[in-house]
Amino acid sequence: MELKTVGTAGTLESSDIMITLEPAQSGGIEIVSFESSVMNQYGRQIKAEVLASLDRLGVKNAKVTVNDHGALDCTVKARVECAYYRGCQCDVDGTYPWGGVIR
Amino acid sequence: MRNAVGREIPDELLKSDLRNGKGYEVYQGKGYRDGKYIKKQGPTTRIYQKPTESKILPSIREAVIKSGLKDGMTVSFHHHFRDGDFIVNMVMKEIVDLGIKDITIAASSLGTAHDPIAEYIEQGIVTGIQTSGIRGKMGEVVSQGKLKTPAILRSHGGRVRAVEEGDVHIDVAFIGAPTADEYGNARALGGKSDCGVLSYAVVDSEYADKVVVITDTLVPYPNFPASIHGINVDYVVVVDAIGEPKKIASAAARMTQNPRDLMMAENVAKIMTATPWFKDGFSFQTGAGGPSLAVNRFLEPLMVEKGIKMAWAIGGITGSICELKEKGLVGKIIDVQDFDTSAINDIRNNKNHYEMTASEYANPANKGAFVNKLDFVVLAALEVDIDFNVNVITGSNGVLRGAPGGHPDTAEGAKCCIIVTPLTRGRMATICEKVVTVTTPGDCVDVVVTDYGLAVNPKRQDIIECLDKAGVKHVPIKELQEKAYSMVGRPDDLQWEDKVVAILEARDGTILDVVRKIKPCEI
Amino acid sequence: MSIPRPKPEKFRLRRTMMFMNAQKPGLIKDAYIYGADSIMLDLEDAVAENQKDSARFSLYHALKEIDYGNTEVIVRINGLDTPHWKEDIRVCVAGGADGIRIAKTESAQDVKTVEKAVEEAEKEFGVEVGRTLLMAALESPKGVLNAYEICQASDRLFGVALSGGDYRKCMQVKVIPGGIEMLAARGHMLMAARAAGIQCFDTVFTNINDDEGFRAEVKQNVEMGFDGKSLVNPRQINIVHEMLAPTQKEIAEAEKIVRAYREHAAEGVGVFTIEGGKMIDIAFVPGAERVIKLAKASGIYEGDL
Repeated sequence: MELKTVGTAGTLESSDIMITLEPAQSGGIEIVSFESSVMNQYGRQIKAEVLASLDRLGVKNAKVTVNDHGALDCTVKARVECAYYRGCQCDVDGTYPWGGVIR
Repeated sequence: MRNAVGREIPDELLKSDLRNGKGYEVYQGKGYRDGKYIKKQGPTTRIYQKPTESKILPSIREAVIKSGLKDGMTVSFHHHFRDGDFIVNMVMKEIVDLGIKDITIAASSLGTAHDPIAEYIEQGIVTGIQTSGIRGKMGEVVSQGKLKTPAILRSHGGRVRAVEEGDVHIDVAFIGAPTADEYGNARALGGKSDCGVLSYAVVDSEYADKVVVITDTLVPYPNFPASIHGINVDYVVVVDAIGEPKKIASAAARMTQNPRDLMMAENVAKIMTATPWFKDGFSFQTGAGGPSLAVNRFLEPLMVEKGIKMAWAIGGITGSICELKEKGLVGKIIDVQDFDTSAINDIRNNKNHYEMTASEYANPANKGAFVNKLDFVVLAALEVDIDFNVNVITGSNGVLRGAPGGHPDTAEGAKCCIIVTPLTRGRMATICEKVVTVTTPGDCVDVVVTDYGLAVNPKRQDIIECLDKAGVKHVPIKELQEKAYSMVGRPDDLQWEDKVVAILEARDGTILDVVRKIKPCEI
Repeated sequence: MSIPRPKPEKFRLRRTMMFMNAQKPGLIKDAYIYGADSIMLDLEDAVAENQKDSARFSLYHALKEIDYGNTEVIVRINGLDTPHWKEDIRVCVAGGADGIRIAKTESAQDVKTVEKAVEEAEKEFGVEVGRTLLMAALESPKGVLNAYEICQASDRLFGVALSGGDYRKCMQVKVIPGGIEMLAARGHMLMAARAAGIQCFDTVFTNINDDEGFRAEVKQNVEMGFDGKSLVNPRQINIVHEMLAPTQKEIAEAEKIVRAYREHAAEGVGVFTIEGGKMIDIAFVPGAERVIKLAKASGIYEGDL
């Protein structure tokens, strides 16, 4: 499944993270903007989690915007996945690969 | 040199003349300077033998000129107007407009109301900052290393000591006052912007060479009972407004409804009742933050149940402790600052509610401040580490954004110091391996209460015994830290440059820690 | 970091069930710290219609990665009249939720429909068949009237709960202090649950600032025989636990029964007398054991049973 349109998930609330994925033909994963309220201590880990989630989902090319307000890893994953499936225009009531690429 | 809380303090700071040429020692532990003798450094003061009708000058500019303020001098301010303060910015603007440079600001505290000062720092006009609190833009530019000398951050008690001991000499004190008479007798009540008390400014009025009182409400002489006495005042200036009342005192601080805060507050109250100090006639201070403030609410039924009363409460005062007093559960309130309009109204009515000076409150170098007689203090924290050291000054990004305030003073003085904080805030572990900056040393901190359980400093076996006897569960603090890291992950270490941007003085004037310039984060 | 949850216990203590929006990271990360027996992660009313997908991703990773300890984790799924419920069930089972709360249950068939989907999901995700428990929320007069057949509809069903908001709307009544408007529903549902041998839970009390009203309602719940209550604010948890706690006298009595039973059971005696001469037969034992369990959970039991 490929990104067809811009997919966004998450909010700007504390403990949440907003992820925006924009489809791209080439150029790999490009992080257009990365903001975090815990940049110095967790920025590196959050970025790694975003990239790992995109890798699991098989996203090869995309422009990524990250706006974090102290999300835990489980929330980072959830928002990346949700943004991806929204960008793929997947049926909201899916079926989704729980335990497969979503893990 | 490594100090008693394990922090490396650069040797060049110890030899520096930041402490008026006296050099610095590193922090040696709780009570280190007890019993030593000092000579107080009085001001140079002018004789006013011939009667004059009035000390009123037409403008702040005139007062700056008359005061003889010159390049390289130190000016001081108080922070009773909190986020509503106009004084600092008005005075600094005149100083800058007059072309005076190399100014040190020695304030009791500074806040976001003073963002314009950041620009004067960047322009190199303000070259020194001595304060308790530093936040907002000023915190940022100082953290970026733009202030010429390291900022010196002190507790409220430590500031009084530093002024009296001559570590900092105030050339001109500018004291904003809700009311004043033509001779400079000043009060914090009866004006347009009442702040209740002027406790922090008293030492300035007594130790500065020149004292300027600035008010927006001139009242007939004598303005008594005065907080700032006219005998210490050189000039009086009347301005349109000294501050914004709404930001000086919020409406009655509403008790938190946050269930997490309430749960922690309830546990703090339970811990207090398990100790021997929770008996008729006990004394108490609590902070104005969510969980600390809410302790008042849970103390009430416990006091009623045990049939005991609090003899006195001190500190920054809120309506909630005044309410307890009105219900007959608190004997006296001794007030160093007011946080809300209810507290201000309470002291206005003056029923067992009294103003004290910052020295009476917390100065370690007088003959026994109120904090020395305190049974319990409940305080908040940005971080606490496994050695019980507390940070209330630097954020997780290493930037200055807080204030030691009375934290280190009350923690050292009180018989039982309880820190209350959630285990994590967003993704930040509040209970961590090593705090970014030590502002209150661990040897003064006794109990840490979180939403995931509580820990007692192993130095306080007496408290551990009490809690065990009462069946109050506690865990080693290491366990709390590990739980926090298991949730949020282990944080990366902050990356610092060598340059010291701020010095954290212990209340006795030794160096507790330094804050260095933070490297920009690249990921 | 995946923490497999132990197999759920069908008839565990469920005094308090705390609702949490499954979409809010700040809430679900540590919903257990307040000490509720069960937490109820909500995919239904708390989640906006356009966030149903997002809530499932949050829920899945929360179930997989957050250590909820001994707190039971139940998920409220969307109603069978929506397009969402099937995927809700898949994510619950895949994530390893202890149980599913079926919203707006009106008939035994509703329970069976969910049960079938749950079983399919268990097979799909390699979860032990029968592991995932169910509870049914009755939200309409029809659901209440069909309570008995609903209570008997599945072996997985551990209890029924009343949902007052919708029920009151259907009945065209408002919240009345004293609960006269809910009396029939509560009574009927309790009888059905007891007849079917399952647990029964009362509806939420939404005015969180009315402590007195809340206590009055909980008192009535206890007197009517409810096992527990759904809650909307953590502050209500301790109040329920406190009010459901047995008295020291009840605990002492229960202890005597359980001890005497254990002594006599070894000898094969079914009827015996306890201190004070009271005749006890085996039928008293489960009740006594329940009192001990409640006392332990309430932190007031100091004996050694």
